[in-house]
Amino acid sequence: MNKIVEKEHFSERVVKIVVEAPLIAKSRKPGNFVIVRVGEQGERIPLTIAGADIQKGTISLVVQKMGVSTTKLCDLEVGDCITDLVGPLGQPTEIHQVGTVLACGGGVGVAPLLPIVEAYKKAGNRVVTILAARSKELVILEDEVRKWSDEVIVMTDDGSYGKKGLITEGMEEVIRREKVDECVTIGPAIMMKFCALTTKKHAIPTVASLNAIMVDGTGMCGACRVTVGGKTRFTCVDGPEFDAHKIDFDEMMARLAGYKPEEQEKMEHFLQQ
Amino acid sequence: MERSDEQIKKERKQPWRVELQKKNKAKDRMAIQRVVMPEVEPEERIKSQRIEVNSQLTKEQVMQEATRCMDCVNPTCMEGCPVSINIPGFIKRIERGEFQEAASVLKETSALPAVCGRVCPQEKQCEAKCFYVEKLNRPAVAIGYLERFAADYERESGTISVPVVAEANGVKVAVVGSGPSGLSFAGDMIKLGYEVTVFEALHEIGGVLKYGIPEFRLPNAVVDVEIENLRMMGVKFVANFIVGQTASLDDLKEAGFKAFYVASGAGLPRFMNIPGENLNGIFSSNEYLTRVNLMGADNVDSDTPVLRGKNVVVVGGGNTAMDSVRTAKRLGAERAMIVYRRSKEEMPARKEEVHHALQEGVEFLTLSNPVEYIAGENGRVSQVKIQKMELGEPDASGRRRPVPIEGSEYLIDASVVVVAVGVSPNPLIPNTVKGLNVSKWGTIEVEQDKMQSSIPELFAGGDIVRGGATVILAMGDGRKAAANMDNYLKKKHQIQARGV
Ligand SMILES: Cc1cc2nc3c(=O)[nH]c(=O)nc-3n(C[C@H](O)[C@H](O)[C@H](O)COP(=O)(O)OP(=O)(O)OC[C@H]3O[C@@H](n4cnc5c(N)ncnc54)[C@H](O)[C@@H]3O)c2cc1C
Ligand SMILES: Cc1cc2nc3c(=O)[nH]c(=O)nc-3n(C[C@H](O)[C@H](O)[C@H](O)COP(=O)(O)OP(=O)(O)OC[C@H]3O[C@@H](n4cnc5c(N)ncnc54)[C@H](O)[C@@H]3O)c2cc1C
Ligand code: SF4
Ligand code: SF4
Ligand code: FES
Repeated sequence: MNKIVEKEHFSERVVKIVVEAPLIAKSRKPGNFVIVRVGEQGERIPLTIAGADIQKGTISLVVQKMGVSTTKLCDLEVGDCITDLVGPLGQPTEIHQVGTVLACGGGVGVAPLLPIVEAYKKAGNRVVTILAARSKELVILEDEVRKWSDEVIVMTDDGSYGKKGLITEGMEEVIRREKVDECVTIGPAIMMKFCALTTKKHAIPTVASLNAIMVDGTGMCGACRVTVGGKTRFTCVDGPEFDAHKIDFDEMMARLAGYKPEEQEKMEHFLQQ
Repeated sequence: MERSDEQIKKERKQPWRVELQKKNKAKDRMAIQRVVMPEVEPEERIKSQRIEVNSQLTKEQVMQEATRCMDCVNPTCMEGCPVSINIPGFIKRIERGEFQEAASVLKETSALPAVCGRVCPQEKQCEAKCFYVEKLNRPAVAIGYLERFAADYERESGTISVPVVAEANGVKVAVVGSGPSGLSFAGDMIKLGYEVTVFEALHEIGGVLKYGIPEFRLPNAVVDVEIENLRMMGVKFVANFIVGQTASLDDLKEAGFKAFYVASGAGLPRFMNIPGENLNGIFSSNEYLTRVNLMGADNVDSDTPVLRGKNVVVVGGGNTAMDSVRTAKRLGAERAMIVYRRSKEEMPARKEEVHHALQEGVEFLTLSNPVEYIAGENGRVSQVKIQKMELGEPDASGRRRPVPIEGSEYLIDASVVVVAVGVSPNPLIPNTVKGLNVSKWGTIEVEQDKMQSSIPELFAGGDIVRGGATVILAMGDGRKAAANMDNYLKKKHQIQARGV
């Protein structure tokens, strides 16, 4: 049982929770995730470790309410326990000193991006971060990201904050003005797909962190399979980060939508209770 | 522990056994028909994933079945059992109506008789070697049913004796994985006085017994009682802990663990790498069975969904394929089909499962192999392209190799496909532990009979060593590893030998 020791609302639908998990706090690396389960009927869902405090023995998670499982998790209060929590999972991000890194985060994808930005900065890179969201209220973790970035560009679809436009416009702007050596993108699949297309044009090596549907998270089921460079890979053990130029994003998006009607049914069932 | 042939022979001459042998003439024993296991009707049982198919035999039935057993001078049945259970020893107790004692005989060799009685492929093991089959060409003594009865009797009587545990010796050992192999190892080591902690990656204890084998074959309650017993004996279970990730073996050494038993199983699903295999609606058997058995997706109150389909194709012919196809039936499939590339005779599944599947209306498309999946709407599978096969020359396994027939392809409708074509060893420990000898198949190499790896304090057994085997073999490995690790630790740490 892992106790929640802190909780903070970033927006109506995005919550940060800090959870007791001393062993994971110690062994996690940037890019790792955990699997959590809330309640005895709960589903196993993956969440990136957004930060850790080894002294306090805690990790932090940033969760966006999507359906039943994330709602149940966001509804927990300080003092409550998460039924099951296991990790750290996945391959850590490979971080080197490369020069200038362009970090692109969309929506709640900024949460998993944060530890990566921090690690790139600590490895001695120049880091330019673009935060993209539909509107102002959905921009999260801006201060934390600023702490580890040389520059932060905020883009909103409706122009309510930062610059108006899509993330790719911000990317083009940076790429036009300076040499970018590496790019990392985390966000909705469709956003990552267009980020990848953008950097491909400029031949900038790019990694994307995929949010495939998972069950066990340990390589046992294959639910999380994606096609990368024509080969089937398991996101949970081979990823979650892959060469963005080789990912079959269309297949990935189709797989993410694989349970839409079932998820909606579960949500209606949940709301009735 | 296991007994020598002499002991078995000596036991046979005990007065009560001799008396029993004289009680009935051989001819009369042989005249009895093999007992028929009562089953829940197919139409009834497919309404739920959680109705056990086989129901209980009565005391009278098992005592009569036990009377069939000839108490052979040379009990060949024992040669067929991978762990040499004292078969006549327990069966003769049953004949006398001493069910509790029968269970004790089983427990001398098997940590989980209620499980093995249900899931062992008896027709290939103990029962295949029974006198009735070998010499009379008649149905074997129903060893599996009797084993299950004795174990269930003990459990249901609520008088399971918690075995005597030796005085604690303070030496900590760790088990990686809580499947049958890890559990049987833990049971033996705790009896010997060790401090045993079992680490499990999933949130439930039990390995394949929980996430793989469905409740219509092996109720969870049966497994839980055994786990509870181990707990009462002092075994510690830590779920949600992945050795190698949550903490490394070195971390555990630092925390005081002196030796390890790796029983991490063969949990990696294989796919066939054919076009369309990543379409929605196509599952590995592991995913399909885990969603239902571990996550309860058959129940509306569970948060985990599973896809249901009118037409379901399951690829493969093993136990996993049978479990998947019968699960599909229970999830409401109108047509649930097995697609298998060899013929029915060559299916590796237990005979009883094939029989039950047929009763439940499962269709068998044998000598058939999928070659492509075709998408319908929204990237979901809608059809399977199947190629017919014929049997050619025998291959390395001695079975005739299936050869594709060119131009024989045809399409069948399916909105759910389950791929059950085998599993590979879990790579985590083999990949992360330095100095560990690993075979080219990814299994951990151990010294046979000792189960000790190239790292002296690391023992391994079950599917991680054998590739994919059976519950009873996995358990047998656990017991062997316990005996040998005990020797090893006694020598190394000069633990005083204390009898149990
Ligand atoms: C490696 C990884 C890291 C992630 N990190 C974060 C994070 O830090 N913060 C965050 O808010 N979200 C994160 N996600 C996504 C998060 O797991 C899903 O939003 C969540 O599972 C949705 O569950 P639900 O029941 O609330 O919604 P549902 O209504 O069930 O589903 C909404 C959508 O979420 C996705 N989804 C559903 N079930 C799963 C599942 N079991 N596993 C993965 N995705 C699923 C599907 O695309 C679905 O359409 C991450 C995903 C992965 C794979
Ligand atoms: C669907 C299905 C049906 C079957 N039917 C039969 C049958 O009828 N009869 C029969 O005899 N056999 C059957 N088998 C085979 C049998 O179940 C296996 O041979 C047996 O379970 C192997 O036992 P094990 O203890 O080696 O591993 P498993 O039962 O696989 O257990 C291994 C456990 O280790 C855990 N683990 C792995 N890595 C780690 C780690 N690093 N840290 C912590 N935990 C870890 C896993 O999560 C798992 O729970 C079946 C198998 C399946 C899948
Ligand atoms: S353990 Fe299995 S093989 Fe051995 S006697 Fe029992 S049922 Fe037969
Ligand atoms: S071989 Fe058959 S008849 Fe003989 S002892 Fe074994 S079970 Fe009984
Ligand atoms: S989540 Fe099961 S294999 Fe990746």
